[in-house]
Amino acid sequence: MKSEILKLLENDAKLSPAQISVMLDLPLDEVTAAITELESNGTILGYKAIVDWEKTERESVTAMIDVKLTPQKDKGFDRVAEKIYNYPEVKSVYLMSGAYDLSVLIEGKTMKEVAFFVSQKLAPIDEVISTATHFVLHKYKDTGVLYDATLDIDERGNCN
Amino acid sequence: MDYGKLLSKTVVNTEKSGIRKFFDIMETMNDVVGLTVGQPDFVTPWHIREAGIESLEKGKTYYTSNAGTMELRVEIDKYLTRRFGISYDPEKEVIVTVGGSEAIDIAIRAIIEAGDEVIIPTPSFVCYAPITRMAGGTPVIVETTYKDKFKLTPEALKAAITPRTKMLVLPYPNNPTGAIMTKEELEGIAEVLRDTNVLVLSDEIYAEMTYGRDHCSIASIEGMKERTIIVSGFSKAYAMTGWRLGYLCAPAPLTEQMLKIHQYCIMSAPTTAQFAAIEAMKNGDDDVRMMVDEYNRRRRYIYNGLKGIGIESFEPEGAFYIFPNIGQFGMSSDDFCAKLLYDYKCAIVPGNAFGAGGEGFARISYAYSIKHITQALERIEAFVKSL
Repeated sequence: MKSEILKLLENDAKLSPAQISVMLDLPLDEVTAAITELESNGTILGYKAIVDWEKTERESVTAMIDVKLTPQKDKGFDRVAEKIYNYPEVKSVYLMSGAYDLSVLIEGKTMKEVAFFVSQKLAPIDEVISTATHFVLHKYKDTGVLYDATLDIDERGNCN
Repeated sequence: MDYGKLLSKTVVNTEKSGIRKFFDIMETMNDVVGLTVGQPDFVTPWHIREAGIESLEKGKTYYTSNAGTMELRVEIDKYLTRRFGISYDPEKEVIVTVGGSEAIDIAIRAIIEAGDEVIIPTPSFVCYAPITRMAGGTPVIVETTYKDKFKLTPEALKAAITPRTKMLVLPYPNNPTGAIMTKEELEGIAEVLRDTNVLVLSDEIYAEMTYGRDHCSIASIEGMKERTIIVSGFSKAYAMTGWRLGYLCAPAPLTEQMLKIHQYCIMSAPTTAQFAAIEAMKNGDDDVRMMVDEYNRRRRYIYNGLKGIGIESFEPEGAFYIFPNIGQFGMSSDDFCAKLLYDYKCAIVPGNAFGAGGEGFARISYAYSIKHITQALERIEAFVKSL
């Protein structure tokens, strides 16, 4: 039941418990209780809007930075990851397999601002061996949502 | 030119499908929320589209054999065996058609001629009676009722059979009512037919869209395969309406004749679509599940939504339509739907478009997003409250 609820909310966080209870044919109080539990045990971490900032006045650039690290004794990469993710401009930090160790997604107002972050904050960290910054030129799809979807026009014919 | 003298009277006297009526009006208006469309809102899954594209890239732009590629016919047999426990010889008993519609057409035309009767339960999809008439036959309409959850009963069937009856159309899961026939109910129908020389044209295009239980094909019931023509297709299950691909399975003496009609008027079904369909049947089961689960959630949502507004419907068990009873509002289906459209900008299809027994009802499609359905329900509620 919980995974069904999660799937629905992951797709549309605005669904109300009442709507979910009808869609899944479950008692409303059970749905409400399940959602409360999922929220309090940290399975549901939050609800956010997906914003296409390109459609607004606000200037914004996104960059993905590949970071190579020297692991610390006993702590592996955790301590360095923490140092990095505490910066508010850092949107996500992933530990990766392969050619580099951390993938850091950062958002800034301008390329200059991002470059400043990399050179002044990220690169000087002792354990950081190297960085490679890739600027996002255009988002096509993010968290399963298409950014360039044409307006929702129903072109289906009415044949049967 | 006096076209009136030239045109076939049978065709001229055939009515246009009533499904489009309000849709056409809706197209001329702004901000209408429609629940009229009888096709999935999903796009064909990407891996299936890709298979079609790849076939084009590889230059597979020829006609296939008349009955369709052998690979696809083999997959159709495997699918029917896997899903419904019925098997057909891909060599002789399967024809790939241009949608389920062509399958219905060639099946009726191969069997029916002047004087023959075809029993058609209604409300049902609109094509069976016109095709029967165009073949020279006589449609014998059997009205199903709300009380019977729009199922065909053995008694009603028995009463409709005459010495001229050649065929029973069995349109379940049903468009527009959402009714299904369970195995036990089909046993009752089979019991009536076993001692007759009547064929069943089983239109199973919505077979994947059943909720709470799996579809049962009448061909899987003892003694019925030899007297059944199964019509189905890819449109609904795989969201492939625009590819125009269906199929027909029947005993070889029947398909041999049907194939002649198909050969002369179609040649072969679209090749690109056939390659996409092979991929659909090989690797599409999960996509079907995902879509059917979503329809099921919407089905519950709209059923409860209508109930909350005070409109009763029997809970649909198949297809993606709900058929609420609007008779309680003292208006004809046409008036109800027209007022709802003009005054509250919500379009649904009057039940009478689907033949006798549909008056007093309306068809609402839930092949739409929850958000869209919610909006439509708000408008229906406002309308009903104003009455």
